[in-house]
Amino acid sequence: MGRMSFVLRRLALLVPTAVGVTIITFFMVHLIPGNPAVTILGQHATPSTVAALDKQLGLNQPLIDQYWLFIDRLFHGNLGQSLYYGVSVSSLITSHLPPTLWLLCYAAVIAVVISVPLATLAASRKDGVRDHVVRIVPLLGLGMPAFWFGLILQTWLGTKLRLFPVTGYGSGFSGHLQSMFLPALTVAVALCPVLIRSLRASMLGVLGAEFVTTARAKGVPAPRLLVRHVLRNAVIPAVTVLGINIGYLIGGTLIVEQVFAIPGLGSLMINAIFERDFTVIQSVALIYGVLVVLVNLLTDVAYVALDPRVRFDA
Amino acid sequence: MSAVSVTPAPVPAAGRVRKRRARWYRQPALMIGLVLLAVILFMCFAAPLLTSFNPDTQNLEQPLLGIGQAGHLFGTDQEGRDTWARLLFGGQVDLRVAFLAVIFPFIIGTILGSVAGYFGGWVDTIIMRVIDIVVAFPFFVLVIALVFVLGTGEKSIYIAITAIGWVSYARITRGEITVAKRQEYVLAAQSGGLSSLRIIGRHLLPNVITQSIVYAMSDIVQDILAIVTLSYLGLGIQPPTPDWGTMISNGQNFLTTQWWLTTIPGLAVVITGLALSLIGDGLADLLRPGTS
Amino acid sequence: MTGALQLEVSDLRVQIASHGGVVRPIDGVSLEIAPGEAVGLVGESGSGKSMTLKSILGLLPPDAKVTSGSVVFDGTELTGLSHSRLNKIRGRRIAMIFQEPMSALNPVMRVGNQIAEGPRVHLGMSRAQSVERAIDLMRRVGIPEPERRFRAFPHEFSGGMRQRVMIAMALSCDPELILCDEPTTALDVTIQDQILRLLAKLCHESGTSLMFVTHDLPVVAQVCHKVAVMYAGRIVERGTVSEVFGRPLHPYTLGLLRSAPDVDRPGLSLVPIPGSPPSLASPPSGCRFHPRCQFAEEDCKVTDPPLRLLDGDRATACLHYERCLDQMGTDT
Repeated sequence: MGRMSFVLRRLALLVPTAVGVTIITFFMVHLIPGNPAVTILGQHATPSTVAALDKQLGLNQPLIDQYWLFIDRLFHGNLGQSLYYGVSVSSLITSHLPPTLWLLCYAAVIAVVISVPLATLAASRKDGVRDHVVRIVPLLGLGMPAFWFGLILQTWLGTKLRLFPVTGYGSGFSGHLQSMFLPALTVAVALCPVLIRSLRASMLGVLGAEFVTTARAKGVPAPRLLVRHVLRNAVIPAVTVLGINIGYLIGGTLIVEQVFAIPGLGSLMINAIFERDFTVIQSVALIYGVLVVLVNLLTDVAYVALDPRVRFDA
Repeated sequence: MSAVSVTPAPVPAAGRVRKRRARWYRQPALMIGLVLLAVILFMCFAAPLLTSFNPDTQNLEQPLLGIGQAGHLFGTDQEGRDTWARLLFGGQVDLRVAFLAVIFPFIIGTILGSVAGYFGGWVDTIIMRVIDIVVAFPFFVLVIALVFVLGTGEKSIYIAITAIGWVSYARITRGEITVAKRQEYVLAAQSGGLSSLRIIGRHLLPNVITQSIVYAMSDIVQDILAIVTLSYLGLGIQPPTPDWGTMISNGQNFLTTQWWLTTIPGLAVVITGLALSLIGDGLADLLRPGTS
Repeated sequence: MTGALQLEVSDLRVQIASHGGVVRPIDGVSLEIAPGEAVGLVGESGSGKSMTLKSILGLLPPDAKVTSGSVVFDGTELTGLSHSRLNKIRGRRIAMIFQEPMSALNPVMRVGNQIAEGPRVHLGMSRAQSVERAIDLMRRVGIPEPERRFRAFPHEFSGGMRQRVMIAMALSCDPELILCDEPTTALDVTIQDQILRLLAKLCHESGTSLMFVTHDLPVVAQVCHKVAVMYAGRIVERGTVSEVFGRPLHPYTLGLLRSAPDVDRPGLSLVPIPGSPPSLASPPSGCRFHPRCQFAEEDCKVTDPPLRLLDGDRATACLHYERCLDQMGTDT
């Protein structure tokens, strides 16, 4: 029962954060002094368009009323109308959400598949040749622009070698797997440096722990030792690191979607920026915020599930 | 704990002092990073010495020249501008903006974090809540949304990055100060009647600032990436000012033929990121208490 | 010496490369254990006792290595043995119990599974068989409600109970020798006594030999037949417990005895040994104990005395051990 209440308490703590997220997205346009309609319309602001937008978005009303209206509509699933497409924003989001989620999960899986063996390799022979190589490569990855890497992958593995489709989402499960491989790899490679470093560090910490000496003294063979004793303990802080960096992961999808022409939330957002489609921008930012909050909750739950000591803490 | 530990019994004092002084230039990561960064900075800011071409001069009669052709070290782009010159001058712009963009969040974040950590109470709670909310958004999503609101260009970049980037410094500083303020020297200062401002500024901050400095290195890298990405989309540094992101974007249609147009600016970013990361890692190792 | 020796450590030397130079935590250690014997190894912190145990099983930290000497277990040379062959001995024929059970047990693995792991790996037992064996072992070491507590995690147990779990783990494959690294130091005095009795009883019942490392002399007296005293990486005295504690033949042993409280003579004032343990990177010349020794003479500063066998199993590394006998005479 301790576990359940821990999760519920974390959930409760997330509510103020979620509320804050809505506040920020709502108030984005009001940051600039002056009429928000002018900000939105940018170059297209003329007295008549400004007046029309004011009316459409209810910008004449007091701020608090506007906010309440926003929240009220939110709870009814109404995110407004897209200024550019003219359709409801929620329909746009619903259709664009799956590819982004696909990309996120795919990228997370690839990142884990790459990082865990590499980190294990490095940690098992600390300061050895393998360790140094595994430590240097992430340093290159930290400074690498994701979109640039995506372009390179696209050109070499896609256009030149024709191994994977260059753009698009594909159709059907296997179609998605194929089309999304390059973009998912791009996003994963952006995440790997952080993951490898933190996993290696936590594994080194665990390897030096006394209970590992005990297990070695018991004559537990190396593979079993690594998996059941070392990894099992080392993943706990690593899961937390993955969760913390989820914002980074999600941010990476934004630009990668653009490069690979994937019809996800990122492309939607970028197009909306160019078309000055404020309602879409606001709503997509909101969804991103909610996504991060949810994933953080998931990480907390995973942490509780993995570490039996936590149950009994406050 | 096992009674016998691996560490040897106390070494005579003189030997120990000698050992510690020698340390900072023994760190290979730090040294390589510093040298690499020095080279990069030199190349970018001594650009006029290294190239005779002007990065903005178009020469529509000589577009898309190859490597080494007509005296162009890395060829020209589709408008005939020399790639090498654009690389160097673009580096000037990107690096300058990134370094400047780190300073404001550093200062603001450190101040707010110190206040939150030292005073605690409702000030702490409010600041932490705000941090939680900002952190709930992916960095780039917020940056791009703010750029929408603020318009494109260099100034918007500074404002956007500052508005979002301060949180990390605030968190680090708050964490360090919350721990450090329980130390005896703080209690001594407080009992001596020193003002909070003085205690934070003269006593606490110098001790806790190191973590922020280490983080700043990786923050600069993140800022370079953000600037380059925004420019790639056309939302950042505006043409005709040269910049690595715009170079990548300009060259992307020619990847199968004149691949260097896009590849080389990207490599420049990677290498700069490498240098800064090495410095950050080296500093982290150096400043970590107790280990060597 | 009747019968074959089970464990014979001969002139073992271990070296660690550290930043302060080369350190020799074990610099010529020789020990013997016969089957069924309980041998104690005592000394201050830093004398190299725990490291001796670890080097027997090849558990030294990565920067330490055995430079010379040998460890022969039942005819097999253990130093330099490959990991896979060493693993067949570890846990199966030689087991080890550690000092701090909270950190020595895997925090995310259930206690029962940790006990059952040995039999599964070494004895080829099926899951069900190993579980049954683990529960049986838990009962033998005195853990109440073993069926239920099988699924518990280490942090749910008290210190004494955790140490019982470690003992159960050590016994799980019926080893011939158990190495104990200060198993009771981290426990309350009352629990200490229980654990020691348990250990002594179990070993006596199954004929398992014991090597017991500690800095606590009365504990050795309670459990062991023989004892070796270690100082600065070497053995300085050896013999049966009654001999060594009753008639010590080395000034360091004498010092240890006089600095430990004696329940039978509460009024006797404690005399600590002056000075501090020597640096293992640059030990004193001559006899390593001489800077702290009240009987030190000129030749002690120059000659490095080896461990000399006296009659029977008695051995001492002091050039002037008869002084200790005089001192003991005046003490009583």
